[in-house]
Amino acid sequence: MKQQLLQRQLSNGMVLLGEPMPWLRSAAFTFLLPAGTCYEADGLDGLAALTSEMVQRGCAEYSSRQFLEALDELGVERGSSITTNHSAFSCSMPSEALLPTIELYSKMVLEPHLPVDQLDDALQLAMQDLRALDDEPSHRCFSELKRFRYPLPFGRISQGTREGLEAVSAEALEAFFRSTYSPSGSLLAVAGSFDWDELCDRVEELLGKWSPKPKVALPELKPEFGSLHVDHPSNQTHLALAYDSVSYEHPEYYQARGLVGVLSDGMSSRLFTEVREKRGLVYSVFATCFSLAGRGSVLCYAGTTTNRAEETLQVLLETIDSLKNGITEDELQRLKNRIKSSLVFEQESSSARSSQIASDWFYLGRVPDREEVCRRVDALTCESLKQHFCENLPKNFSLVTVGSQSLDLPDGTYNA
Amino acid sequence: MELITHKVEGGPEIVALHDPTALTLSMGWFVKTGSRDERTQIAGVSHFLEHMVFKGTARRTAEQVNRELDHLGAHSNAYTSEDATVFYASVLPDCQFQAVDLLTDLMQPTLNEEEFETERQVVLEEIAMYDDQPPYGAFERLSEIFFGEHPLATRILGTEESVAEMPVGQMRDYHSQRYTQDNMYLVVSGNVDFDALAKQVATLAQGWPEKVVATECSPPSFGHGEATITKESIHQHYEVMAWPGLARNSLARYALRILCTVVADDAGSRLFWELIDTGRAETAAIWPQMFDDCGGLLGYMCCAPEDAAANAKVFERVIAEVCDRGVTDSEIELAKKKIASGLILADEKPSNRLFAVGQSWMCRNSYEPLDVVLSRYQAVEPEDVLAVARETLGQQSARVRVVC
Repeated sequence: MKQQLLQRQLSNGMVLLGEPMPWLRSAAFTFLLPAGTCYEADGLDGLAALTSEMVQRGCAEYSSRQFLEALDELGVERGSSITTNHSAFSCSMPSEALLPTIELYSKMVLEPHLPVDQLDDALQLAMQDLRALDDEPSHRCFSELKRFRYPLPFGRISQGTREGLEAVSAEALEAFFRSTYSPSGSLLAVAGSFDWDELCDRVEELLGKWSPKPKVALPELKPEFGSLHVDHPSNQTHLALAYDSVSYEHPEYYQARGLVGVLSDGMSSRLFTEVREKRGLVYSVFATCFSLAGRGSVLCYAGTTTNRAEETLQVLLETIDSLKNGITEDELQRLKNRIKSSLVFEQESSSARSSQIASDWFYLGRVPDREEVCRRVDALTCESLKQHFCENLPKNFSLVTVGSQSLDLPDGTYNA
Repeated sequence: MELITHKVEGGPEIVALHDPTALTLSMGWFVKTGSRDERTQIAGVSHFLEHMVFKGTARRTAEQVNRELDHLGAHSNAYTSEDATVFYASVLPDCQFQAVDLLTDLMQPTLNEEEFETERQVVLEEIAMYDDQPPYGAFERLSEIFFGEHPLATRILGTEESVAEMPVGQMRDYHSQRYTQDNMYLVVSGNVDFDALAKQVATLAQGWPEKVVATECSPPSFGHGEATITKESIHQHYEVMAWPGLARNSLARYALRILCTVVADDAGSRLFWELIDTGRAETAAIWPQMFDDCGGLLGYMCCAPEDAAANAKVFERVIAEVCDRGVTDSEIELAKKKIASGLILADEKPSNRLFAVGQSWMCRNSYEPLDVVLSRYQAVEPEDVLAVARETLGQQSARVRVVC
């Protein structure tokens, strides 16, 4: 069936996206609000997560409990998350529950109670998340990497800081809500079984009256580089490594993504082969593309027992460096096959599509269809990948180690 | 959707949930062997073998196996539990022939000694990794108290010592005794050409060992002691619990799931409103763990160290209340809706249906379609939930705390 990608912008600036998947029984949406950590006031780290928790504690005619029970009645599986840019609410449900669920979430953003008497409960919950993160070294190394590599306001993590959370007052929370829960910069992306016209009418009815707030301008992002060690009593040393690449909206992003695929997609990828299969240095090793504020990075992870950490870092760096010698036709074919079959798997999941179209729109201001993605993947060649790598040699490395022994980037690792 | 089963002449059984409209095809070899089938000195062999299955066969080197999987664009993985080892892959339907050939070939690995030594390091890294993660081996310790001398207490990953000292010969013996025609099933879900599949498996599975060497399978008697693990400089308190539960085929299993949803679901449950919504705990959960001959209910709580004692009392009170008075009509109705919606959403993907069929076939030799399962939940009455609460949570528990 021909893929349909539909869009409408409300007069208040909110964008509604739709991808009908009529062969499914479910529908899903991703609701992005421009209320991420980069908009938090200085010294109030954790405000975005706290606000997200508080808006879910009752709205309009619903108490906190009635709101959750209404979602359960509808059979909604839901989650919320905080990124640098957004507060996100994601739901999947039997398709007939889509419009009533959107109605509940509309009330949540328009008329939340933000009950002051529950602020302390929400704060305690946020503190739980923060302490739990401190106990999980493989997650902690990425949080520390983010803080280390990205200056404020980009380097904040969703869990915030103890001091930041404690400094949040009811007034500060309400002010954050008023300035960031705004239709301009918000995006509701729906995928699955639904009727587009009916959806548009209902969303217009529910959220058309939402009044826009001025957009907050962000400074330019300039990543930091170097290395940082966080002492943590553990068997393994957890390494998080980042280097410059191109961002999602860059014309050569597919080349960069292709190179990361050669490094890390699948069991025949270079990192898995060199670090795990040939040397048995790790159980887990991977690389992934990460884009923030127009800057792209490749992030890598490896976890290994402390006495093998130095060798692991060395092999990791050598494997990245090996891309300069080019990739084989066979590697390229495997990469293309994996990406193309993933495009089919996505068609079985309304939630996967809703989050993908939301992400595409945020970065690109449009949603590429499968044909375009296939065309761009088909256009990748061994030569184009090698050329991209050599013209964009990894630089501005940041290394964070969490464990009982520190590691440094070896001499000669190229930094700008 | 149509369920098709076929016993290959001189080979294993094949079970397929055929959906001609599906865009993909998922397949898995379900081997009925896991940590409960191990003797102490080879603890961890099932899981280590799961790794070694990808390390080469008579027809393929380890590198070829990995390349071929990626070439097929397969989403593949494997897991080991107390009583099963499962290897699965999802592919596009036009890759059926190659995917079946590869996945079936993997079931007879060469268990090459050099690969074995390298992979031993990977498994040791995996043990070290889990040892660094909350709840820091608490569930393994809990199993030891709960199951005592019974093989269900065996750690799935084994121990650092058992893995470090395991000889390859023992793994070869274990493989030939347990990866046998009568102890494994090929389960398929999605858009499958079944006739071609049956023909292909008949050829590929020729000469596989026929009869499984049975292992001890008497049911355990449950222990209810307590233990404490001290872990340097952790920030949260972790507490895990186990109560006697139900075997997989128990008809009360639907009521048990409703009980767990009402009491301990991650949102909207009694423990959620008492402990999570109020910010007293990060996690408070109870879920069933089921085996052919017995089962348990497992509990988990994570919170600030200073709140641990008070929270444990709340946990205890919530359990006492449900064992005393059961659940309300409105709670049970809401739980049924949540469960039904979760099942309907999960049933949408062939890859999810694969596990529903595979698990069900391994323990019951039957498969209940979604509508039947939904009607079973619908039929549960409040008195069924009260009875199952008393039968499980009403009994003494085993408990392990992780403190700093």
